[in-house]
Amino acid sequence: MIRIPFIYNLRSMTVRWSSTLVAVLGIAGVVAVFLATLSMARGFRETMKSSGAEDNALVLRGGATSEIMSFLPLEHARIVGDAAGVAHDVDGNPLMSIEVVMGLPLTRRDTGQKNNVLMRGVSQQALAVHDTIKVIQGRFFKPGLAELVVGKSISTAYKDLHLGGTISFSGQTWTVVGIFDAGGTSAESAIWCDANLLNQAFKRRLDVFQSVTVKLGSPEAFSRFKDTLTSDPRLYVKVERESTYYENQSKGLTTLIKALGFLVAFVMGIGAVFAALNTMYASVSARASEIATLRALGFSGRNVIMSFLLESMSIALLGGILGSFIILPLNGFAASTFSMSTFSQVAFAFMITPDLMVQGLVFALVMGFFGGLFPAVHAARQSIAGTLRGM
Amino acid sequence: MVKIDGSGNDDSLITISSLDKQYQRGTETITVLTGLNLDIGKGEFVAFMGPSGSGKTTLLNLIGGLDKPTSGNIIVDGKEITAMSGKDLAAWRARQVGFVFQMFNLIPVLTAFQNVELPLLLTGLSKKQRRAQVETAMALVGLGDRMMHYPRQLSGGQEQRVAIARAIVTDPTFLLCDEPTGDLDRDSGNEILEIVERLSSEHNKTVLMVTHDPEAAQRARAVLHLDKGILQEAAGGVS
Ligand SMILES: Nc1ncnc2c1ncn2[C@@H]1O[C@H](COP(=O)(O)OP(=O)(O)OP(=O)(O)O)[C@@H](O)[C@H]1O
Ligand SMILES: [Mg+2]
Repeated sequence: MIRIPFIYNLRSMTVRWSSTLVAVLGIAGVVAVFLATLSMARGFRETMKSSGAEDNALVLRGGATSEIMSFLPLEHARIVGDAAGVAHDVDGNPLMSIEVVMGLPLTRRDTGQKNNVLMRGVSQQALAVHDTIKVIQGRFFKPGLAELVVGKSISTAYKDLHLGGTISFSGQTWTVVGIFDAGGTSAESAIWCDANLLNQAFKRRLDVFQSVTVKLGSPEAFSRFKDTLTSDPRLYVKVERESTYYENQSKGLTTLIKALGFLVAFVMGIGAVFAALNTMYASVSARASEIATLRALGFSGRNVIMSFLLESMSIALLGGILGSFIILPLNGFAASTFSMSTFSQVAFAFMITPDLMVQGLVFALVMGFFGGLFPAVHAARQSIAGTLRGM
Repeated sequence: MVKIDGSGNDDSLITISSLDKQYQRGTETITVLTGLNLDIGKGEFVAFMGPSGSGKTTLLNLIGGLDKPTSGNIIVDGKEITAMSGKDLAAWRARQVGFVFQMFNLIPVLTAFQNVELPLLLTGLSKKQRRAQVETAMALVGLGDRMMHYPRQLSGGQEQRVAIARAIVTDPTFLLCDEPTGDLDRDSGNEILEIVERLSSEHNKTVLMVTHDPEAAQRARAVLHLDKGILQEAAGGVS
């Protein structure tokens, strides 16, 4: 099939280098944008997904799709803690954290603007339940005191959230007594304090909370735990594995990012395909007599089509590789976004993985294919005798 | 054996009967060849002469399977090439025909070696076998030391010799040369003609050559005149 030697295409590409370069850069730009959006969506999803543990269960009010929209009376929370499958500490108390959340506007260091930060009121046992979270500086808050433990990624991003810093809200001064690390997950974009105190401070009902997170005896205990709660006539609750919950929370935004990314990449891709078409058509017409000569020597129309497709796809591959390299420094680049589920900022990092790069290269090859197909067919269809005569 | 009366003979390599070729230019029909008959035996060296526009290139292209006649047929070595599909014709050209053009038509981005190797890429030969064939062909045209030169590094005469090497490297049944010396000075032209003559006499190749130069035509064993679509024997007669 591929009989015309590739060296012929390679040399022709370099002879017409400026035109080749235009096509390469066009495709590189599209692949860069395409990869940027994909890596953004990927980074956000991974950050969210790893925010939850496999052996934790999150209990919300039935029908609630996020913590913000949920409420649970304290007596219901107690029933949840007593359910089958829940792990217990050495004293026999269920490992559970009864929590409330709200957004608190705080000032960013870099822009000076106010963004909502997630305030999470938790129980004293919260660290035993959220066991991937570690206090790395200072200590955990004491019950009943206006003390804060701040996630690592926002402690430096916002004013006064460093260890020992103080912020004021709802008529009280709160002191940062600890910094916690959550392994770069979205949990790190939150501030923890005493749940009861937070209810008090915002004059909410003291016996109503929003969610309960329990530690299960094992990841397999989840279905038993869920069945127990959903069949309990006293309760109307929704039970989800914590990891599933966070992954689902990211879906809306990742889908949106991806959809926008695909749309932009598609529109730009059409532009790049036209640039490639232009390059290839120009190349075909400049090489018309070479093509006719090759045909006279016995190369078939199919040989010619393959040769020119190979050429345009090589140009595209070159563009794809260039685009990937342009975007590679973005890997690990920190960004933050507004999460609809918590009405607060979540920090995440762009994540460029080999499989995304492969997707970028495939996309480049698709562009190269469509940019080369029509010129290649055109090249093969030219009348040999007519072209040799110089017509 | 060369005949133009359509009577035919048993040992002919090329048999052309009642060949018509017309071109359509807009609404105008240009008749180039009418009812042309021609028989050429194996090993012949035929020169075609005639005024510009008389259809010499058209005839050569038809015999080489680069173009299709309006009617009539061409049989080469027992195969009716005028009935073949484009794909089969391409494969047929690769095996049977060697083309030499007035403008040499070398691929400028490929070296002399790579140019000559091109037709061999359509055969099943190994790299080593191909190299040996290219070397033989290049030696035959006296350019064994110019393998790695690009066309632009060669003189016109040398380019045409590379083109001849490319035409003969697959050992085709016959050679079609369309004004092979038309773009060369007399000395290089003569060198080319000597090679063509040698291919005919020593290697027993069948050669069909179009030329405007009576001296060049002298080297052929038969000279045919084409005028207004009709073939005629030259004054010297047909052998
Ligand atoms: N593709 C084409 N479309 C229209 N007319 C054509 C085409 N090809 C050739 N012709 C016409 O056919 C006639 C014969 O052309 P051809 O090239 O065969 O002549 P020739 O004998 O080789 O001339 P020259 O000695 O100048 O090379 C000319 O009038 C030419 O204009
Ligand atoms: Mg001509």
